[in-house]
Amino acid sequence: MREVAIVAAAMTPFGELWEMSLRQLFAEAALDVIKKAGVDHLDSIYVGNMSGGCFVGQEHLGPLMADQIGMAGVPSTRVESACASGGIALRTAFFEVASGASDLVLASGVEKMNDGADVTNVLATAADQELEVYHGITFPGLYAMIARAHMEAHGTTEEDLSWVSVKNHRHGALNPKAQFPREFTLEQVMNSTLVAEPLRLLHCSPVSDGAAAVLLCPLDQAKKYTDQPIKILGTGQATSAMALADRKDPAFLDSVQLSAERAFAMAGVGPGDINVAEVHDCFAISEICCIEALGLVERSQAAGAAASGLTALGGRIPVNTSGGLKAKGHPVGATGIAQIIEIFEQLRGESGARQVQGASLGLAQNMGGSGASSVVHILERM
Amino acid sequence: MPSPRYWREVPSRLRLEAARCSGCGKVNYPPRLICPGCRGKESEPVTLSKTAKIITSTVIHIAPDDFLFEAPYAIAVVETPEKARFMAQVVDCDPSSVGPGMDVSLEFRLIRKEARSGILCYGFKAVPTASWEAKS
Repeated sequence: MREVAIVAAAMTPFGELWEMSLRQLFAEAALDVIKKAGVDHLDSIYVGNMSGGCFVGQEHLGPLMADQIGMAGVPSTRVESACASGGIALRTAFFEVASGASDLVLASGVEKMNDGADVTNVLATAADQELEVYHGITFPGLYAMIARAHMEAHGTTEEDLSWVSVKNHRHGALNPKAQFPREFTLEQVMNSTLVAEPLRLLHCSPVSDGAAAVLLCPLDQAKKYTDQPIKILGTGQATSAMALADRKDPAFLDSVQLSAERAFAMAGVGPGDINVAEVHDCFAISEICCIEALGLVERSQAAGAAASGLTALGGRIPVNTSGGLKAKGHPVGATGIAQIIEIFEQLRGESGARQVQGASLGLAQNMGGSGASSVVHILERM
Repeated sequence: MPSPRYWREVPSRLRLEAARCSGCGKVNYPPRLICPGCRGKESEPVTLSKTAKIITSTVIHIAPDDFLFEAPYAIAVVETPEKARFMAQVVDCDPSSVGPGMDVSLEFRLIRKEARSGILCYGFKAVPTASWEAKS
């Protein structure tokens, strides 16, 4: 396999972008990347998207999006893996370049959630319809059950959950692209409206519109497009039982552990080598479960990692410096690529007030459903 | 949820029919073509007991449209004595009293109505047992 680099990255702001359609969001991010890299063609396009069909009635996004950026004719494929669609679009693009089949591949993600759809129902399509959704479960409900199982098994508290939100909003307040660039106090989080006990509104990522895109090429061609390419050192993907009831331990995200093991083995590094990480904090409990399954912190330290500052900017392993899904926003199909962009910018020293000094190795973990899919990428500064 | 789709699930959803894998003994609910535990293809039918224990649970406050008027309601992953685990609402009690370890009985109830046609869709809901309430 050839070594692969990311040479350019761009994203729209995340938020309730009423003036922008699904296709406009994609085009804005994609055209920005093409301009930054100065390329006049693409060999292939991947579009990560969870549910254009349910959110806005639009499927067949591959050709639609290629056409929108004047690239009709170029192979273009939509990748769906619920909220992990973006991360898995990147992984697919990575293999196309690594295999030698293509030299210039656009990996993107886009979601338009604020266009009138019943978002709770659409998101629930990523759970098991016959065994879970039939009985009235919601996505916050599934993660609430994971949270309660974690509390029961490890003594995790509502305060632990709330510190994750406080930390990520502190980070997000420094990110101009974030949907909610503002801080919240612990009291505000703990007194916010109940969504699914024990999860409250401020433990949940918001409903967002947005798009993100990166350009991949072989590492040995990267200097044609940028002085600072970032190498994709490892990629790993895994699945787990679809229904929460079918997992051995509802408090543990085994797909996250498995995807991380595969990415670390490919990269030849371990969790202790990582300087900065973006993990899938769709709900506060998922950040706790993810940093534990990734091995970024000791299992016994995971619940308290946000409160102790371990995972805050300036801590031993800063997690979700972008503000995470919680503060930056979570346009589901775009999230996996946006995480990659945060790590790309951190490794290039472009993160401004939220820069992790001297970061040379970063990790991004993107998850689908209640943890039935997980994909991990490890990026390295050259 | 169209009617044939509801009809196909009747044996497991309305009669609690499951399958015990002849290879590893795991009880799969609903039955599958292949055991996710050992990939065995042989199994024997088993009907689940109508008692269970709560593994984990939540109380839904923000509900999907079809359940809007039921909120707040408790919903749980329950485990029967055969070790089959599945999701069920927990009813006939204060939702905030529901939690891991609780003993429940499984009762045949109306679950939902099909969105447009309005046919009634049934299944099982969990009810805390009298003995569990006495203990706590």
